[in-house]
Amino acid sequence: MDRVVQTLVDAVSVGGLYSLTALGIGLIFGVMRLINFAHGELITATGYTLLALFGLPLPLMLFGGIFAAVLLALATERVAFRPLRSADPATLLISSFAVSFFLQKTLILFVGSRPKGVDFLPSLGSQVEILGARLQSLQIVTIVVSAVLLGALTWFLHGTRVGLQMRAAAEDFRVARMLGVRANRVIAIAFAMSGILAAAVSFLVVAQTGIVQPRMGLQLVIIAFVGTVIGGLGNLTGAALGGFLVGAGTILAQALLPPELRVYREAFVFVAVTLILLFRPQGLIPARGLKDRI
Amino acid sequence: MSATPLLAVSELEVRYGVIAAVRGVDLEVHKGEVVAIVGPNGAGKTSLLSAIAGVARTTKGTMTFGGRQLNGVLPEDIVRHGIALVPEGRHIFASLSVLENLMLGATVRPSASAVQADVDHTFQTFPILGERRRQPAGQLSGGEQQQLAIARALMSRPRLLLLDEPSLGLAPAIVDHVYELLATIKDQGVSILLVEQNASRAFAIANRAAIMSGGRFALTGSPEVLAADERFDAAYFGTRMSGQVVGP
Repeated sequence: MDRVVQTLVDAVSVGGLYSLTALGIGLIFGVMRLINFAHGELITATGYTLLALFGLPLPLMLFGGIFAAVLLALATERVAFRPLRSADPATLLISSFAVSFFLQKTLILFVGSRPKGVDFLPSLGSQVEILGARLQSLQIVTIVVSAVLLGALTWFLHGTRVGLQMRAAAEDFRVARMLGVRANRVIAIAFAMSGILAAAVSFLVVAQTGIVQPRMGLQLVIIAFVGTVIGGLGNLTGAALGGFLVGAGTILAQALLPPELRVYREAFVFVAVTLILLFRPQGLIPARGLKDRI
Repeated sequence: MSATPLLAVSELEVRYGVIAAVRGVDLEVHKGEVVAIVGPNGAGKTSLLSAIAGVARTTKGTMTFGGRQLNGVLPEDIVRHGIALVPEGRHIFASLSVLENLMLGATVRPSASAVQADVDHTFQTFPILGERRRQPAGQLSGGEQQQLAIARALMSRPRLLLLDEPSLGLAPAIVDHVYELLATIKDQGVSILLVEQNASRAFAIANRAAIMSGGRFALTGSPEVLAADERFDAAYFGTRMSGQVVGP
């Protein structure tokens, strides 16, 4: 029983992390039709900001991490993606790779490519007992943070005027603009929100692994991107679900597969992803009526 | 009718690459007036409306609205000037509710209480929208979606309503209803620039009309005179009479 609880909590916690990452990608895809692989660099930038600010009071470290991710997100939008807004999706995709590589290599130039240790939130390494299972506090915190952020994002999108404008822009940006929705504002808000989500993911990953390294964000983003595709590109609920399924699926595969096959757990997950896409090529929750972005 | 036009378009040209969709069009719409532009597919009617709405880029000519230049103004600012477009094919937000579509129409309005009052008024004018306020707009019938598209545009309280093919794809009885609504809007003092293929419908409501063909206005005048003009068919279909395109 305790092993079942432990595995489930592990799956939900990892699923939550990928869910938040997939949402960050999904938000930008919604308003710009841009698959932003540079989202990974927002996660990485937050990690290195934590490293730079290590030793300061926790609220300052958290604020600094969020500030760095949001600032970088806004800067990439303004400098790299805004001039390409009316470009075709392939150009946007390549530009997002270019931004990602540029930021990664710049970081390596200044701090090197070796992983660096950050003893961030060590108290979350303590264990708590729930239903007979001994769980890490960090897993509970990850689940709570993921749930709170998913709830807050849902409230923002469905309970505020800007959220409504963002949903309209995701469906048909051209018509949304004709109704007065300001393209620059909505896209900038989407990037800022993706920065906040990336910062939260980074906090949890750094607390979990205790290290930062230049490729930490990209690895997460590639898996989360698979999640957004199986969830349904252009649909935020789909992105959250897809990210969760890929993350949780990996953990469940680890737990359920015979020991000799566990090394192939990713292969099993991607076979499942391929099967989902064979039967539902538009993803589990297809986006309705995707139109030209601007 | 006031002497100074609300909308004044002069020598307007819209090009898509080498193709000129609108060529040297002059147009005025006065306060409280309905101006109809009729013509076949590809005549340039939608391009003309798109240019006024800031969606299509103009390559020549000027556009002013209430004395202010419209050339180069972004679509999101055009609606702030007091111009609202009901696009061809409705383009309602299918995944959003009827109420959310209406709220988006009020994006440029600062006062929440005034917007709420307008929503209530809209549900009186368009009762079916009130009944379906919580439903996703994509579940509405074509006629209901057209009503929603018009109601959404009115939520910005425009001084000029641009309507692109409001009867397209609708059953005759529904078209009757849509045109009854347009008559009500006209009576409220909103100017309307109406683009239609269905000339008889458009002429029934218009104060003035133009026949557009090949990117130009081939004939302009009062609807009654145009309908009786023997050059109407030639102008509408862009055929040549005595070697000349029919002109105003």
